[in-house]
Amino acid sequence: MSLLGEDILTEEGEFVINIGPQHPSTHGVLHLKVWLDGETIKKVQPHLGYIHRSIEKMSESLSYRNFIYATSRMDYLSAHINNQACALTVEKGLQIEAPPRAQVIRILMAELTRLSSHQLWWGCTGLDLGAVTPFFYAFREREAVLAIMEETCGARLTQNYSVPGGVMYDIHPNFQNRVKDVLKQIKSKFTEYDEILSGNVIFEQRTKGVGYLSAEDAISFGCTGPTARGSGVSCDIRKWFPYDGYEKVEFEEILGTGGDCYARYMVRMAEMKQSVYIIEQLIDNIPEGDFQAKTKMVLKLPKGEFYQRVETARGELGVYIVSDGAASPYRIKYRSPNFSNLSALEHMATGAKIGDLVAIMATIDLVIPDVDR
Amino acid sequence: MTNEEIKQSVSALFPAVTYDETGEFLNLLIDAADLKPLMLALRNNKEYSFDFLFCLTCIDWKTHLMMVYHLLSKTHRHNIVVKAKIADINSPQIETLTGIWQTANFHEREVYDLFGVKFLNHPDMRRLLLDENWEGYPLRKNYVDENMITI
Repeated sequence: MSLLGEDILTEEGEFVINIGPQHPSTHGVLHLKVWLDGETIKKVQPHLGYIHRSIEKMSESLSYRNFIYATSRMDYLSAHINNQACALTVEKGLQIEAPPRAQVIRILMAELTRLSSHQLWWGCTGLDLGAVTPFFYAFREREAVLAIMEETCGARLTQNYSVPGGVMYDIHPNFQNRVKDVLKQIKSKFTEYDEILSGNVIFEQRTKGVGYLSAEDAISFGCTGPTARGSGVSCDIRKWFPYDGYEKVEFEEILGTGGDCYARYMVRMAEMKQSVYIIEQLIDNIPEGDFQAKTKMVLKLPKGEFYQRVETARGELGVYIVSDGAASPYRIKYRSPNFSNLSALEHMATGAKIGDLVAIMATIDLVIPDVDR
Repeated sequence: MTNEEIKQSVSALFPAVTYDETGEFLNLLIDAADLKPLMLALRNNKEYSFDFLFCLTCIDWKTHLMMVYHLLSKTHRHNIVVKAKIADINSPQIETLTGIWQTANFHEREVYDLFGVKFLNHPDMRRLLLDENWEGYPLRKNYVDENMITI
């Protein structure tokens, strides 16, 4: 008997096993039911909902200031960017714009978030494929980034720093100096990252040509972020639909060509360098002025629909608010990047070996709370 | 294509479609029964080529359900929203779009799970997030959960 009460051996002689839902092995409580013929994967079925909290339902009874905090708990590694997306949607409804200082602070925080998220992903990818050391190397720099977050936002992960109209409070006096120190440290480590994992023969063998996703399939499955860009699909919202002044900074959208695990890996490695580049342009040019626009105590959005997309560390997050003019949203939908990216997993993994499944999951960079919401 | 051009060319093909331009995107409103031919044309006609379904959801308006599809064309860079009205709120059903965009598979299962909309010809019409034995559809406005506490 398996978890779902079916036989372990099917009539066709396929072996059914359940992977997960334990946290340490599967990047969150993801439960995969896998049909195997020997070592070859015949079919994969993700079973979701182990941490479904119905954030969308909860938000329907919260005010336009309060619903934002729940989003930190969706993709907790891009918490700031989730908050930013919600704040931007409410601002769109109120027809206000955050002051220039707040916009620059938001971008800086968003890119620091992206850096810390990609560092965690890099460490975990190594760990998943049997290399323990990268994990410690990655966390060394990641902790330094999170310390900056803690100093300015008061929290390491669930920052809740973006509010409708700007950011909650001004940056800490140490912010600029500490960011510069951390950037110097991170930049000196990029070659180390490449030496320890990217160029490793075993790592290359386990990722090159594994988990292939074509550009057409990536678009059809709604994949976004590095998962789609590894297949050469241009989808960076920061370039396509710039928000918060991303059109004023210089950076490149990284596109891979292989469509395999290795391509997705290389896209993220290059994105870290682009994030550093964006922060370098802005850190000495934070405009003076207010960090928050003046808003009413109780926010009421006019009747209508508002949609805002942003680029989180994993792809396109869409916030869709339907308002009936009341003080809380009539309906909220979060189009989360992981949800669509996960739907392509079966397509990528079918025909691969069971060991490759881990590599594929690692390079989609799944965060399960974002899938379940 | 601009919104006006899309409007003109869609009206020529599908006279039943009505339009709403008050929001950020051009909205195409259609009855649930006529959805699939419209979507096929939007996906396959070269002048539209809406190849990216970036959001699929449902809204409960108490008297009826409204399916909402956000579409983007990667080649032409234009967006539209298609809305399909489901009048029968007691046993709502609509044609699946899984064959046109593969992402519809998971998104439709989520809508089935939380709103109870049944998708005809869907390859795998099971609940996605909640347990198979769950009663009711939580995102419906008339859903009551005795265990839910609002603070």
